[in-house]
Amino acid sequence: MNTAASVRTDNLLQIENVVKSYLRDTKQFVAVRDVSLNLKPGEFVCLLGPSGCGKSTLLRIITGLNTATSGSVLYRGRPLNGVNPYATIVFQTFALYPWLTVQENVEIALKARGVPAAQRTERALKLIDTVGLDGFESAYPRELSGGMRQKVGFARAMAVEPELLCLDEPFSALDILSAEALRGELMELWLNKTIPTQAILMVTHNIEEAVLMADRIVVMGKNPGHIVTEIAVNLRHPRSRKDMAFQSLADKVYAAVAGETRTEMETLGTAPGQPGTTQPLPDALLNAIAGLLEKLAAESGRADLYRMGGELALELDDLLPIVEAGALLGFLSVQTGDLLLTPLGQAYAEASILARKAMLAGRVLRLPVIAWMYETLLRDDNKRVAWSYFHDALQADFGDLTEKQMDIAINWARHAELFAYDDGTGELYVEG
Amino acid sequence: MRQFRFSPAFSQALSFTLGDGLILLGVVALLYAGARLAFSSPAVISGPEISLSPLALPWYALLSVGRMTVAYFLSLMFSLFYGYAAARNRTARTVLMPLLDVLQSVPILSFLPVVLLSLTAILPDAFAAELAAIVLIFTSQAWNMTFSFYQSLSTIPKELHEASAIYGFSSWLRFRTLELPFAAIGLLWNSVMSWSGGWFFLMAAEIFHTGKRDFRLPGLGSYLQTAANRGNLPAVVMGVVTLVVVIVLLDQMVWRPLMAWADKFKLEMVEGEEPPTSWFFDLLSGSWIVAQFGMHVWRPFSEALDRRFQGRPGEKITSPEEGIGDVPPSRLLKSFIGGVAVISLYGGYRAVEMLLTLSLSAWEQLGIGLLATSGRVAASLVIALLWTVPLGVLIGTNRRLANILQPIVQVVAAIPATALFPVLLLALLQTSGGLNIAAIGLMLMGTQWYILFNVIAGAAAIPQDLRSTTDLLRLSALDRWKTLILPALFPHIVTGAITASGGAWNASIIAEHVEFSGQTHATVGIGALIARATSEGNYPLLLAATLILVFTVVLFNRVFWRRLYLLAEERYRME
Repeated sequence: MNTAASVRTDNLLQIENVVKSYLRDTKQFVAVRDVSLNLKPGEFVCLLGPSGCGKSTLLRIITGLNTATSGSVLYRGRPLNGVNPYATIVFQTFALYPWLTVQENVEIALKARGVPAAQRTERALKLIDTVGLDGFESAYPRELSGGMRQKVGFARAMAVEPELLCLDEPFSALDILSAEALRGELMELWLNKTIPTQAILMVTHNIEEAVLMADRIVVMGKNPGHIVTEIAVNLRHPRSRKDMAFQSLADKVYAAVAGETRTEMETLGTAPGQPGTTQPLPDALLNAIAGLLEKLAAESGRADLYRMGGELALELDDLLPIVEAGALLGFLSVQTGDLLLTPLGQAYAEASILARKAMLAGRVLRLPVIAWMYETLLRDDNKRVAWSYFHDALQADFGDLTEKQMDIAINWARHAELFAYDDGTGELYVEG
Repeated sequence: MRQFRFSPAFSQALSFTLGDGLILLGVVALLYAGARLAFSSPAVISGPEISLSPLALPWYALLSVGRMTVAYFLSLMFSLFYGYAAARNRTARTVLMPLLDVLQSVPILSFLPVVLLSLTAILPDAFAAELAAIVLIFTSQAWNMTFSFYQSLSTIPKELHEASAIYGFSSWLRFRTLELPFAAIGLLWNSVMSWSGGWFFLMAAEIFHTGKRDFRLPGLGSYLQTAANRGNLPAVVMGVVTLVVVIVLLDQMVWRPLMAWADKFKLEMVEGEEPPTSWFFDLLSGSWIVAQFGMHVWRPFSEALDRRFQGRPGEKITSPEEGIGDVPPSRLLKSFIGGVAVISLYGGYRAVEMLLTLSLSAWEQLGIGLLATSGRVAASLVIALLWTVPLGVLIGTNRRLANILQPIVQVVAAIPATALFPVLLLALLQTSGGLNIAAIGLMLMGTQWYILFNVIAGAAAIPQDLRSTTDLLRLSALDRWKTLILPALFPHIVTGAITASGGAWNASIIAEHVEFSGQTHATVGIGALIARATSEGNYPLLLAATLILVFTVVLFNRVFWRRLYLLAEERYRME
């Protein structure tokens, strides 16, 4: 409830009630709704959430690459006009120009700001040295490893001495060891104030990374993107994963992220074409769901979500859809950061392949999207309907994601032997 | 060695849209204007004296290459501007795509008579002929380069755009650092393709003459034709050798070094299996003079250029969201398009008026001619397929053979067929059915390479594990071809055939009606009708024949080839 009068000038960044929506074929698609966020100098803030929660979109609105549909975005008390000149971004896929050398890549950022040639070279070389790439100035990006390329990304971002350093999942494209090393180096530069940056905003889907680095974690949820909660991280640096305080905080964050899925479970959503929102199907393979259930059964039906993710070596983005799907089908439930196997799930985990198919048909038909598709097929004389018919009907609800949703629905229905897809004629059909 | 891959840049539209209709109408109006102007073109045009002395050859070679260079730079500038405008501006895009689509299908040589006649009506003869040649080459080159540039611009990875925006690049800096380098490789490959296509049309333009009008231009093409006309075999040989030498020199000293240099612009972050190499490039990059030039001349120049176009730092940079593609159309643009549409409608109306003056028997002739030419085009395609598919598979799957045969094939393919046409005539006109066979021969010579190269690329792309499986299953040769090779090659054959058929239609214009050694030979066909109408001054017939040819080819492309291509893409993709 901030009013215009209470714009605090000690906030570096202040965004209020930001909404970002797109118009797709007359249907409004809301990427983020009602997001309010503050950032003070000296803070390291993480935007954390599963994919699709709009955190990257929010980052782009904050840096001025996109504009908000409504709401205010204030930097140092003034609204943004175009790209924010005080912010730079380090990208997930490095975004280096392949035809420029390391030195040229760093220098080009300075050149764009009108820095004369001699100074450019001096600053670029100094930064390349700071990130530890001394000797690689004349190398091209294709000659470097992923970790080294990201170092160039960092050098470039810091060359223009930004006030706000934004990181868009900077370590997700790296192997684990390089990512670990780079995290450490960034924290060193940040904590020792070697770089003149005043605040860092990092987008990530890796919970441990967020707890390791941030002073404050902003947890986001999806459908549509919104802020779930903010969690302060008061641990002292250097932080260790084995620390009890670390683990309990990570657990708390996991609960906050996964806790969202429970409320969505309560509403299966409505059938396409009916009033109300049609819930999308989670992108998970039935085999993976079965595997998760079997593992839960082996652990007497209850397991901590955080620990499960670690044991299965699954990232949040991969684990959550499987959990969601399992919950949607009624095989498990999520409570206070724990996974609980339901009696139905227990039965499924212990059943044979044929018995599973029988159970699956019943559970899958409870989902409005699949039920609607099945009923439409049954009503046809030949029990065959064109794929494009379903696609067009679902377009209004799912937009760009329609094809993926069709794939998931057909995949699940095939497993449950409800209906199948004939590629030759492009039709869905119920088998005789 | 790298292959040529000709993948036609099609839109997915299978039917004719309003845009296509407007453009075809514009084409009709233009052709009508040309035909009207033709009435006032001089009745007698005397061509240049072509000397057969070997000393004249370097000069002729220089002239031919000069024409190509001028036309190429015009095409390059055009593609940079038009491609950029289309990428940034939605209205430009809705005009550009159908325009390129249709114009790519139109057989370019069909325009040659009309363009020549209309230009000679308003400009001095020699200048008009040169201009016509350059316009012709430009028309053959500009479209695929524009498409390539436009496609490159629209496929720049989003994050590179975002990086350019967040670091505050001005439009010029972004163009120079991101957009142009990204498009460089595509532009280069398309330039090479355009040049080889351009040679074909240049040679045709250099030898074009009908009746009392001699539109020939001094150059390698006319040299070869004069030599063949007079039966001077030593001169023919020298002419062909010069042609080959020029093409090989260009390849070694211009294209290969450029491709070796442009390798640094590729986006993939792994070293390609066979990066292009060029001895000349290595020579230049090791040279001290070039290094000095780079340091003391090029670098300060480009810095000064950048400073000039940079703009002040800190000015508002358009975000990528707004910058790409959606500038709302200005009223000026809309009224311009409206004006063009009105003029085209008027031109179309007058054209129909002119067409109605033709007698019924003339239309009958046109119909028969069309059928005859279609038959020849089909025959040349079938013959080409019969020999290129087996040979292509052989070369594509056998490394050793490829290393021996490919350089030979590439040099032979680079020789423009239209330059050799007079030689072919010399050999074949004596035999019975002479011109008919020579016409099919020309069609073959110009177009079979497209199919061959695509088949080679397709055969080389058959995954090793599919081939191994076929071997393990011990399939008979027939089964192997039916199950693996032909389906795998299908998309590539279609791609090659589309370009080949376009080339064959083009060839018909100069192949079906020739004046050789003082005699006129003609065969039944629409190309013959066009040439005869030009020499007799029967402009309504010329307009009708040209229009029929254009419409037939465009229709056939849309209805037959496009469908086949989409089928090939969907069903037979190797994925």
